[in-house]
Amino acid sequence: MIMNMNKFKGLIAALLMLPTLALAAGAEVKLDRAPINEDDHASLQRGARHFVNYCLNCHSAGYMRYNRLQDIGLTEAQIRDNLVFTGAKIGELMQIAMDPKDAKNWFGAAPPDLSVVARSRASADGSGADWLYTYLRGFYRDAERPTGWNNTVYANVGMPHVLWELQGEQVLAERKVQGAGHVKTEMALKLDKPGLLTPVQYDEMVADLVNYMVFMAEPVRSDRKTIGLFVLMALGLLFILVYALKKDYWKDVH
Amino acid sequence: MAATPKEPVNFTGAGPLNAPISGVLTWVDQRFPLMSLWRDHLSQYYAPKNFNFWYFFGGLAMLVLVIQIVTGIFLVMHYKPSAAEAFASVEYIMRDVPMGWFIRYMHSTGASAFFIVIYLHMFRGLMYGSYRQPRELIWIFGMLIYLCLMAEAFFGYLLPWGQMSFWGAQVIINLFDALPLIGPDLSTWIRGDFVISDATLNRFFAFHVIALPLVLLGLVAAHIMALHEVGSNNPDGVEIKKHKDSQGRPLDGIPFHPYYTVKDMVGVVVFLFLFFMVVFFAPEMGGYFLEYNNFIPADPLKTPAHIAPVWYFTPYYSILRAITEDFMLVLAIGVAAYVVLIWLTTRDQRVKFAASVIGLVVIVLMIGGPLAIEAKVWGVAMMGAATLIFFLLPWLDRSPVRSIRYKGPLSKAALSIFVIVFLVLGYYGTQTVTPAGTIISQIGTLIYFAFFLLMPWYSVMDKTKPEPDRVTM
Repeated sequence: MIMNMNKFKGLIAALLMLPTLALAAGAEVKLDRAPINEDDHASLQRGARHFVNYCLNCHSAGYMRYNRLQDIGLTEAQIRDNLVFTGAKIGELMQIAMDPKDAKNWFGAAPPDLSVVARSRASADGSGADWLYTYLRGFYRDAERPTGWNNTVYANVGMPHVLWELQGEQVLAERKVQGAGHVKTEMALKLDKPGLLTPVQYDEMVADLVNYMVFMAEPVRSDRKTIGLFVLMALGLLFILVYALKKDYWKDVH
Repeated sequence: MAATPKEPVNFTGAGPLNAPISGVLTWVDQRFPLMSLWRDHLSQYYAPKNFNFWYFFGGLAMLVLVIQIVTGIFLVMHYKPSAAEAFASVEYIMRDVPMGWFIRYMHSTGASAFFIVIYLHMFRGLMYGSYRQPRELIWIFGMLIYLCLMAEAFFGYLLPWGQMSFWGAQVIINLFDALPLIGPDLSTWIRGDFVISDATLNRFFAFHVIALPLVLLGLVAAHIMALHEVGSNNPDGVEIKKHKDSQGRPLDGIPFHPYYTVKDMVGVVVFLFLFFMVVFFAPEMGGYFLEYNNFIPADPLKTPAHIAPVWYFTPYYSILRAITEDFMLVLAIGVAAYVVLIWLTTRDQRVKFAASVIGLVVIVLMIGGPLAIEAKVWGVAMMGAATLIFFLLPWLDRSPVRSIRYKGPLSKAALSIFVIVFLVLGYYGTQTVTPAGTIISQIGTLIYFAFFLLMPWYSVMDKTKPEPDRVTM
């Protein structure tokens, strides 16, 4: 942004300093690829259960209606009996009771609405799913944070590690890796105390949750691709017709 | 009833319905210039027969305009132009309105598609000299359409009320803030508030859905009326009206209808195929058509780390960012060199005098110590100049031939470099500021303006080939 020259110079100075900062904080986080499949209804349904159990207490999904879960193969009765804990009606939005002002006091920032978070977190580094998948597996113990937790993807995050019982407690520890001809040290996550799930099970659980969040961000996603195929096929046929028509009209133009 | 009744219309081709249709058409034609409009603009409007690929984009631009207007009408039925409800109403359209997502994606993809076809349409004009006499006014109307479209896109981009909507508008409106004396009051007047707010959203909505579409439609009508007055140019840049048959029809012309209507249908189907590929399979287009940050509701208290305008503005945004304090000396030297060039190549004393005075004033305002204007103001001025300079093309191009086909290596190189520079500037406009990016943008800015400002010289020096007498297929 060119608001004024001083800011501009400051920005350039900050950019020049970036490499040093990056060194201080350890290597830049590479996002892991989220192993998700948007057509896997069982995974989406598990993800929906995790979402209402673990996320939908502090975070709302205020643009998403409960009955939209029918799109991932659930019946209205299943949704009402298993997934609506707030007394909301089936056609209502996924709202929460927590007051944003209280939330701000407790966490430093009100937990954001998650309806479209899988879209907003996309960047040149990876999809929104990749970001969420890496983020939810990137919490580690940090005694300097008020919640006792920090995150490799989102430094100094306000959110505590809600899934810690399942994942266990990670720490950020030095690790030696074989570089090209020399041994490098880098900071890496290490499971310090195991949780209820094994690391593999935890990764699968997070993948289901992320899969659901991708669905929730754009419920029409898989429908639009199906419709799109028909539209393109129809246009392909139309092309043959209009091209033949053009050829016929133009045969006497030389 | 002073006028003599017109010939009855004789409609054929509908079998038993010929008689009633002819009757209705005759009734209308005797009260409205139906058949003469049809003849003058379609069935007896002669277009050069050698149009190539590049001649699809004018018609496609009209198609996209229609798509935008129709999808826009349906969006307005569900959209709420209020800071409290706008973001949610867009998600409501995406989820709860039947096929709302389809309408919205067509509109968001249509915005980018509009600029793609318009840029290709303008490039066609640059290649074949379509702006040359007697088509200067077509070019001017076209450039006004382009400016209008940029304003339309800018106002429309605020409406989803996401982070990029808000902060993009913030950046652009703050540009007006940079203007001397009136700046701060002007930007407050534009916003209707001291910050971008509900008031800003409401007025942008009014501009986006009423004011600018009306202006746009009027300009498109003027663009086409001017075109049909003088007739189309063509890839050879030669006038088809020089050679006519005994009935006054151009020998190298063919009636627009049916020849170009059926040909344009092929272009329309191919365009729609590509358009719907994006709409259905990649509506975000990797963050270029729908920016990721715009899925976060606008938050006046949280400035995003990286604010990038949508791709179609980025060449100009690069030019804006390229004008830094330490670049002013280079710009001043450029202005001085340009004045020297005018001195060396012109004999007209008045031109020499005027160039020197203007050059001196500009140089003083650039680097004249206490008299100098801030670099950021120059950035805004240069960005504005970069869009407005296209208007001068008809008078900058002094080549004896119109089309790139018969121009020499200098013009060909200049146009190629210009296109590359435009793309490079566009790329760096999407990136965060880096020292290397700034230097590349500065070099790009110099080349961008050199393409236009040196044209009166290189277009004359160039070795041209003789134009053919008739068009080539």
